[in-house]
Amino acid sequence: MVDATNPRGAKPKPRFSGRNIMLYGTLIVICMYYILPLWVMVMTSTKGMPEIRLGNIFSPPVEITFQPWVKAWAEACTGLNCDGLSRGFFNSVRILIPSVILSIAVASVNGYALVNWRFKGSDIFFTILIFGSFIPYQVMLYPMVIILRELGIYGTLWGLVLVHTIFGMPILTLLFRNYFSSLPEELFKAARVDGAGFWGIFFKIMVPMSLPIFVVALILQVTGIWNDFLFGVVFTKPDTYPMTVQLNNIVNSVQGIKEYNVNMAATLLTGLVPLVIYFISGKLFVRGIAAGAVKG
Amino acid sequence: MSETKPLRLLRNVNAKLAAIPMVLTALVVFVGGTVWTVFYSFTDSKLLPKMKFVGFAQYDRLWHNSRWLISIENLAILGTLSLVLTISLGFILAVLMDQKIRFEDTFRSIMLFPFALSFIVTGLVWQWILNPDFGIQSVIRSIGWTTFEFNPLNNPSLVLYGLLIAGLWQGTGFVMCLMLAGLRGIDEDIWKAARVDGIPTWKTYIFVVIPMMRPVFITTLVIAAAGVIKLYDLVVAQTSGGPGNASQVPAMYVYDYMFQAQNLGQGFAASTMMLVTVLIVLIPWAYLEFGSKKHG
Amino acid sequence: MKNWKLAAGLLLSVALPGSAMATDLEVTHWWTSGGEAAAVAELAKAFDADGQDHWVDGAIAGGGGTARPIMISRITGGDPMGATQFNHGQQAKELVEAGLMLDLTDVAEANHWKDVIYPPSLLDSCTLDGKIYCAPVNIHSPEWLWLSNKAYEKAGIPVPKDWNEFVASAPALEAAGIIPLALGNQPWQSNLAFGAITVAVGGLDLWKKINVSKDMDAAAGPDMAKVFEAAANARKLAAKSTVQDWNQATNLVITGQAGGQIMGDWAQGEFAVANQVAGKDYTCLPGLGLNEYLSTGGDAFYFPKLKDADKEAAQKRLAALLVSPEVQVAFNLKKGSLPIRGDVNLDAANDCMKKGLKILASGNLVPSGDMVWSADVQKQAEDLMVEFWKTDMAPADAQAKWVEILKTGL
Repeated sequence: MVDATNPRGAKPKPRFSGRNIMLYGTLIVICMYYILPLWVMVMTSTKGMPEIRLGNIFSPPVEITFQPWVKAWAEACTGLNCDGLSRGFFNSVRILIPSVILSIAVASVNGYALVNWRFKGSDIFFTILIFGSFIPYQVMLYPMVIILRELGIYGTLWGLVLVHTIFGMPILTLLFRNYFSSLPEELFKAARVDGAGFWGIFFKIMVPMSLPIFVVALILQVTGIWNDFLFGVVFTKPDTYPMTVQLNNIVNSVQGIKEYNVNMAATLLTGLVPLVIYFISGKLFVRGIAAGAVKG
Repeated sequence: MSETKPLRLLRNVNAKLAAIPMVLTALVVFVGGTVWTVFYSFTDSKLLPKMKFVGFAQYDRLWHNSRWLISIENLAILGTLSLVLTISLGFILAVLMDQKIRFEDTFRSIMLFPFALSFIVTGLVWQWILNPDFGIQSVIRSIGWTTFEFNPLNNPSLVLYGLLIAGLWQGTGFVMCLMLAGLRGIDEDIWKAARVDGIPTWKTYIFVVIPMMRPVFITTLVIAAAGVIKLYDLVVAQTSGGPGNASQVPAMYVYDYMFQAQNLGQGFAASTMMLVTVLIVLIPWAYLEFGSKKHG
Repeated sequence: MKNWKLAAGLLLSVALPGSAMATDLEVTHWWTSGGEAAAVAELAKAFDADGQDHWVDGAIAGGGGTARPIMISRITGGDPMGATQFNHGQQAKELVEAGLMLDLTDVAEANHWKDVIYPPSLLDSCTLDGKIYCAPVNIHSPEWLWLSNKAYEKAGIPVPKDWNEFVASAPALEAAGIIPLALGNQPWQSNLAFGAITVAVGGLDLWKKINVSKDMDAAAGPDMAKVFEAAANARKLAAKSTVQDWNQATNLVITGQAGGQIMGDWAQGEFAVANQVAGKDYTCLPGLGLNEYLSTGGDAFYFPKLKDADKEAAQKRLAALLVSPEVQVAFNLKKGSLPIRGDVNLDAANDCMKKGLKILASGNLVPSGDMVWSADVQKQAEDLMVEFWKTDMAPADAQAKWVEILKTGL
């Protein structure tokens, strides 16, 4: 993996040169484009509806209210269920935790077996997995429904956990495979000579040495699963809808007048978890997505 | 022979057991599911899969359906524009970021944060900003330009650009990071040599750096192309495919015909076509990738 | 084992008061607008009232198009709910054929459904091979024009009495800054509006010839061409309408931002929630005021087969309850739909509902689109219509495509 080390542009110039003003000016304008939607979300969600109708979406609220947040979290209705997004939040958490643990556990073992315990055909399965990650999910949607039905877990939380584990497997396996193959092979050989077995080496040597990559995988999976919509729609029922699906329902089903402030508060609430992870994890996030993306 | 075979199978038995989830996923879900879907796309399955073969009838109908044709056309337009724009903007941003600027981390955090958000959140935010009665159009009208028209989401000929603005917002930061990693991977000596030869910086970028970054460009291209083909959540949240059918995409057609129209055969045929589209992108890439490895 | 279960059951029944033993029944439906939710609440209240049952609400937002796939995949996926809404007609046909639905024939016989349910076609669409599989709950007719009296007052012209007058009034509305016709972006709304215009402009006979007798020459013929021309004219009136949901479009009419909306009689629920009075604040024209008839579409409840005998008993209790006179009155008054039996007292109904009851009594009835065409044809027609209404597709092109679509359902 290529790490972001030192910039390598042209020679440094004096601070207030025309070039620098142009450069920073351009960058600041670009950043406005990125920040603007976030700004608009926060502003809209803290205004009352009368102010939204009169004012413009970029202006800060004259009178700050957190009522839309309360409503989005605890009161917004879909049908007779008026408990807002909170239900979706807890569903997402309940889906997220087992999915993340299971998918990382399976993929790390896969990566380890692929690097250190190659068996006949192991590379073929890995190739299928990587090609599989490019197959549009729509192709495997209905077969997946049948598989879950046969297993008797269709519509349950565990069904969705299994789906996330399966479809997260290619990228995570790749991630772990690449990492484990970068570790010095002597370590593994020495442990084998000492008589350590498959699991012994994995838990005593590989896992302790690979904490950073586990963190990267964690970030990748938490944001990926939290943001999922398609699987949530197809493989769950209203009781177990994840937050994204519920958000789309709340915003797109209206009783009476559309409450834009509540909608924006709901949108922000749903985006909050990945945003917090993003800002906490910082460079690890960058590393995670780059590692997930650049193959080989 | 009968004695050695079980022994060979039993070797590394733990590793083989541990690889069972991967093998099952690869064979049952990815290969099995895909074959199953392609197989049933030649049947007249309605609500439930049925073995009543109709040859290419589903495909014939698909390619005469105006919504499908619009979806494919949209995919081509969105695909081309988003690939050209994400890659060129991503590269330009990466070059700007590579100019030994201060606050590089801050700039990068700002450009990348939308990537942590789901397409549902992205779609809903931009739906709000582009809302003609409250968003950009109304703001500009309220400051005096009363005939200003900017209402892409309700204009069939502009709606794709509305999606594009949102899609670029979400994805360019990510491409920028990939490109930046690519730029930093280029040897310092190249820059030194270029400076010694008196080649202007912009010329060095175009004629030296870009050709050297070919692998990064190709990877980005493949990832972005596979992503565009799968595009679903963003459209569902931002436009629901409207106005009319103007922003329909293939993934929505698949979902609607599989589940809403109760015509599984038609849905399978459409998803098979999505698979073919992915293969058209993937096969040349795999050929380049593995072909070049053989040679060097 | 059996004895053990029995003993445990006895113990429990001693330990707990009767009401805590309630059988939960999850009921899925797509009634999420204000008026609809109020109507569902009536059903839930009635079901819970006997003390032994509990209605677990499984509302799915986004309309039938979003909800039906979820319902169907849950039933076929082996995770069935206790009861689920479908429209009268073919939507659940294959589920019944596959043996996934509970046979309600005994409930129907015990409660004399054959004698009380009117029109009989409702029960027919629930029947397969002589057995009854669903309980109809209401009749909805989609072909109504809803007009905002406020909008016409503002424009200074009288409220139109039929579709032709409405079209003629459009320029005056536009001059007053009012959108003449409100139309949501969801595909089914365009198809509904087209169907209403077909009957209004083409007449009942043409409609029946095409949809019941499946006469494809009539579908491709000149009378239908006129209907397409009329619809092409109507789409210009809706050009400025940018809302998504049907009830947002109704809201445009309620607030006087739009002159009118073609929508089913369920729109009444929205007017009622907004405290609008029929005849005073708004005007309703069944059959767009040209051909007064009702199509007997509507909603029915189906009961997937469950393994639990207690639940099955609860399902049958719910089925009987849905058709009972008290529930029919309470539910339909809130919903704005018509009851499925002629022997109930609906004096409390408003003007619009009374108009509907009168037509119902006169027998001027046709089957609904969901009854005569498969979901596949309906979906294709919706896709075509939403494109037709939102672009400038030539009427002749649209007609040719439409005939092709109908042919896939022959």
